[in-house]
Amino acid sequence: MPRLEVLKTYKIYIGGQFPRTESGRYYSPVNKAGKKLANVCLCSRKDFRDAVVSARSAFGGWSSRAAFNRSQILYRMAEMLEGRKAQFIDELIQQDATRAHAEKEISLAIDRLIYYAGWCDKFQQLFSAVNPVASSHFNFSVPEPTGVVSIIAPQGDALLGLVSLIAPVIAGGNTCVVLASETKPLCAVTFAEVLNSSDLPGGVVNILTGKPAELVSWFTDHMDVNATLYCENNSDVQKLIREKSASNLKRVHFYDKVNWYSAEGQSPYFIMDSQEIKTTWHPVENIAGAGGGY
Amino acid sequence: MPLPREKIIRPDFSLSPRIDQVGVEERASRFTKRSIKKETKLNGLKLVLNMIDLTTLEGKDTDGKVKQLCYKAMHPHDALPGLPTVAAVCVYPTMVKVAKKALEGSGIKVASVTTAFPSGQAPRDVKIRDTKYAVANGADEVDMVISRGKFHAGEYNFVYDEIAMIKEACGEARLKVILETGELGTYDKVRRASDIAMQAGADFIKTSTGKIQPAATMPVTLVMLEAIRDFYYRTGKMTGMKPAGGISKSKLALHYLVMVKEVLGEDWLSNEWFRFGASSLANDVLMQLVKEETGLYQAGNYFSAD
Repeated sequence: MPRLEVLKTYKIYIGGQFPRTESGRYYSPVNKAGKKLANVCLCSRKDFRDAVVSARSAFGGWSSRAAFNRSQILYRMAEMLEGRKAQFIDELIQQDATRAHAEKEISLAIDRLIYYAGWCDKFQQLFSAVNPVASSHFNFSVPEPTGVVSIIAPQGDALLGLVSLIAPVIAGGNTCVVLASETKPLCAVTFAEVLNSSDLPGGVVNILTGKPAELVSWFTDHMDVNATLYCENNSDVQKLIREKSASNLKRVHFYDKVNWYSAEGQSPYFIMDSQEIKTTWHPVENIAGAGGGY
Repeated sequence: MPLPREKIIRPDFSLSPRIDQVGVEERASRFTKRSIKKETKLNGLKLVLNMIDLTTLEGKDTDGKVKQLCYKAMHPHDALPGLPTVAAVCVYPTMVKVAKKALEGSGIKVASVTTAFPSGQAPRDVKIRDTKYAVANGADEVDMVISRGKFHAGEYNFVYDEIAMIKEACGEARLKVILETGELGTYDKVRRASDIAMQAGADFIKTSTGKIQPAATMPVTLVMLEAIRDFYYRTGKMTGMKPAGGISKSKLALHYLVMVKEVLGEDWLSNEWFRFGASSLANDVLMQLVKEETGLYQAGNYFSAD
């Protein structure tokens, strides 16, 4: 007996929940063969606004966790991703990847999470400093998470690009709102399902689907967003992002030249892109002044 | 020569109407479905700001904290010109003098909670002295709590007499009666307590102290608004309404305004007859107003905390 195919509606991920878009709009991306992939939420600025509220309220808890605990959670994400490898390979193939490429992409994505899990409690030492000063102060500089980061994921590497952007941001204690690839959004929503079952607190990562053309300006001029990451080599959009992000002096980084499959696709400097260096002056007794010495 | 207490005939409050719980909740949820945009939203938000009783009721309140709150009341957000001030600043009786001085000449009222707020567990003479102290220090409005224990025990006349005596102690000050609906349990009891308070001379009825959950909800407020409406039809006397606690978002505040307009009408849409008891609502309203002005979604850290 013939049966009707059930096409999954891919919902968005905000504050640890899977709501539909408030706008009630959907779109259906197709692959090269013209096959409809799924029904996907076409998010509006209000979904983004809600996601930022979630990200901001999750920031306090996430940033104040022990770095080691963040490391454990990133590792757990990698474990959960490993367990659902087959589903990701299937989705990547639906989105026009070859099997060999799909297998390579998911493996690299898992490895990348492990890589940044390792860095969670180590980059601070590398980028901190005790500074020599001329007064009787103990003076030190340490990196601290900047806050909420808005990420416009690359259109191409739908899974690896997404993971390579999210992992360093949350490893450093930030929270984020991500706009998934418009043409290849399936892995992003499935990745949200992985996040939801991996001890990551709700609101730390929020994933939206929709059209960058509609949402880029909202992603970059929201006053409660502290940094923006963008991956396409589109100079008009890059100019727009630079202008809009001036509203509250966001950190802006363009990763249009990064090859996520190469060794340069992972580095602690990606973590530092969403960190701020804070310097503290702590008064100490003037040992040298008292004639002592070491 | 006033009548001795046992000679006064009071209404039988056990005859207050019963409330249809499902109906009230359904009706209250309808008010959240109205679309309020642009100019209307802007005016609504300004009205909300103008109806706020900016409140600090903490054991750790200091003169400095109260002065800071008073400044916020007078200057909600100077970066945006043309904003109204809030309606009142609500403090403990010991802080009334400080608030009164800080708000001098601004037209903003000073409200004081009294009667052993928030529990109300004190002898009557203490409650009366508490109230007189607040009024003598310059309180324009008094927020009293009812004796919920006596109410639950069915001693409605005790509750009624107490409100009437506090009203007398208030003199010129307007009296808000806090029912603490979170401790009353059912809509029937909320309605009954509202009827007692208005009959005993309340100028306002108020949902909650803010110290008990649940605080103000839309269904509870609807029950109280309907009590006010029925009392107005029967006696011709207007009573104010103040939901307090748990209203921290502008959108929700606008839903309340819709409810007031559709239940009581426009006469109640001013801070003479409707107030929000809140502390964090003000900043959310300001953020929405600035968003309407600039087109940019706003962040909390650009607005003063108190």
